Amino acid sequence: MADVSMDKLNKVYENGFHAVKDMTLNVGDGEFMVLVGPSGCGKTTALRMVAGLEDITSGILRIGGKEVNDETPKERDIAMVFQNYALYPHMTVAENIGFALKLRHMPKDELNAKVKEAAEILGLTDWLDRKPGQLSGGQRQRVAMGRAIVRQPSVFLMDEPLSNLDAKLRVQMRAEVARIQRHLGVSTIYVTHDQVEAMTMGDRVTVMRSGVLQQVDTPQHLYDNPDNIFVAAFIGSPAMNLYDATVGPGARSLKLGSQEIDLPESVVLKRPSLRSYAGKDVVVGLRPEHLPAESADATGPKLTGDVDIVEALGSELVVHFTIDANRVLAEGAQDKDEAAAVKTGEGVARISAKTAVKPGDRLTFAVDIDEMQFFDTQTGLAIRG
Amino acid sequence: MRKRKRTGWRRVINGINISTFLVVVFIGAPLYWLIASSFKTPVNIGASPPQLFPNPVSGANYSQAFNQYNFGQYFINSLIVTVLATALVLILGTLAGYALGRLPMRGKFTLMVSLLIISVFPAIAVIAPLYTLLKDLGWLNSYQGLIIPYTAFNLPFAIWILRNYMLGIPKEMEETGRIDGAGPLRTVWSIILPMALPGIFTAAIFCFTACWTEFLMALTFNSANNFKTIPVGIATFGTALEVPFGPIFAASVVAVVPIGILVFIFRKFVISGLTSGAVKG
Repeated sequence: MADVSMDKLNKVYENGFHAVKDMTLNVGDGEFMVLVGPSGCGKTTALRMVAGLEDITSGILRIGGKEVNDETPKERDIAMVFQNYALYPHMTVAENIGFALKLRHMPKDELNAKVKEAAEILGLTDWLDRKPGQLSGGQRQRVAMGRAIVRQPSVFLMDEPLSNLDAKLRVQMRAEVARIQRHLGVSTIYVTHDQVEAMTMGDRVTVMRSGVLQQVDTPQHLYDNPDNIFVAAFIGSPAMNLYDATVGPGARSLKLGSQEIDLPESVVLKRPSLRSYAGKDVVVGLRPEHLPAESADATGPKLTGDVDIVEALGSELVVHFTIDANRVLAEGAQDKDEAAAVKTGEGVARISAKTAVKPGDRLTFAVDIDEMQFFDTQTGLAIRG
Repeated sequence: MRKRKRTGWRRVINGINISTFLVVVFIGAPLYWLIASSFKTPVNIGASPPQLFPNPVSGANYSQAFNQYNFGQYFINSLIVTVLATALVLILGTLAGYALGRLPMRGKFTLMVSLLIISVFPAIAVIAPLYTLLKDLGWLNSYQGLIIPYTAFNLPFAIWILRNYMLGIPKEMEETGRIDGAGPLRTVWSIILPMALPGIFTAAIFCFTACWTEFLMALTFNSANNFKTIPVGIATFGTALEVPFGPIFAASVVAVVPIGILVFIFRKFVISGLTSGAVKG
């Protein structure tokens, strides 16, 4: 077991593509660290650099305090689970799991005992004599896990290990992978583009974009306090509503399109620098759950929108509405089709399932102003302090 | 909509089955004629109307082929030349295929295109220079005089087959091997080779068949009776005075047997890909 420390890691490919830029990240001993970001953000490249499958252009990588830049994957004492599992098709499950031990010339009895132990943890005991071709997707995934855990490595590296499974199995394996990791206490770096996996599995989550690390934090803190517009837009589903807004005189009010919201003193006290934005544009963010439906004559901050779509989820309603403020899209946080589908002023609210609402209605939402996020329009950074 | 239900013989004799049957007959008839005739007496071979079944069944043609026409020697010659040439092609082809399919190197494309051009080059065009070359080497009427040219002529095609097969093996297979602690040779031996077996068998069958039936070079380079291969041997059964059809048929049947066995044993490998299950299908 060991910690992993990346110190200003860079990866520049031969064709000049700069895949990872100055990445500095520490993964603590036994920690489950998730790397998340849209495709092409450099998360897999970063993982492969840790594995030793990609050369490190510059920077220092340490595992267990020791610099390993020039060590082979074997010497780094890591185990990796690939997206497509990469099981050896001509070997049985037992041979697959035991292959690395066999290469280390481990005595047969000991090897068999270890394979059996790993198989028990994963519920593969009955399948040890099968070949991968005879297994279901979930079982193959388990074999891939088994191959990793049997070696008792100091670090697990997982590259989207669940993305080939169907949705239901993915949820199940998500819990299982997390359980096994906690059980074994091995430092883990887990790459995914699925932010639900990131939120549910990681002790901490690292958000990346275009090769640059955006924010590292616990899932909840990341969700509540995104450092910039990109993280705000990327983490959370449905995504955070981000609008252009103008701060009123003395930072006592906020104008979204034609609607004005009072800014209570508490909001400004939390971030005094907001005063300097008086009369200027900012980007404000509100999570869908912070927009409960409200009667039109209620006091307190509120927004009124035209309802476009109502999705009944049973436990709640997801309401897509439109207001006349400009919706802000964080580049790269959504894929192109998704971004193109977002209309100007579109927003999403999660409201009580008991609300009587239908498309075409005008609906008033209370604004949970304490949960509102403020971002600088120019830099995209959160306005704090 | 009217529900069409096929029962009994209607279900068996549908369009696809009839056409399959016709194709099988079309391909199988000459083979059947060969086998049937090889058991006929000389008189019955040319009988009119033709005899569908040999009557009486005679093994004389077979004993004649081996005893009178030295067919046993030709068979052994063919076996030696073909097996060694195929083995050489597979060893070199697998290594070259792996290198061209998997390893980073310059000039891959040029190399592959030149191989393709070479592989369609007609043998007749180089037979004269090759003859003088082999003559100078003193390799006329020798096994290596056929093994080396056969290897050279079959290698390009084998490299193409194997290189394409290697390309289809996910690169994660090698990476996972590296992480498991396997060195480059171990990776090729324990992971890549077993996964490439269907490709190797396919190349093997093509190469074996090509060497086994090659006529032009065998006739030109190895005309001495002791070094004749099967095709040349059978072709020279006949003399100016007579063509011994019976022994020719019998020898031809024996010549087909090794290829039949080979295809039968390896059909599973050639037809089904061994890679299924390696990655999500």
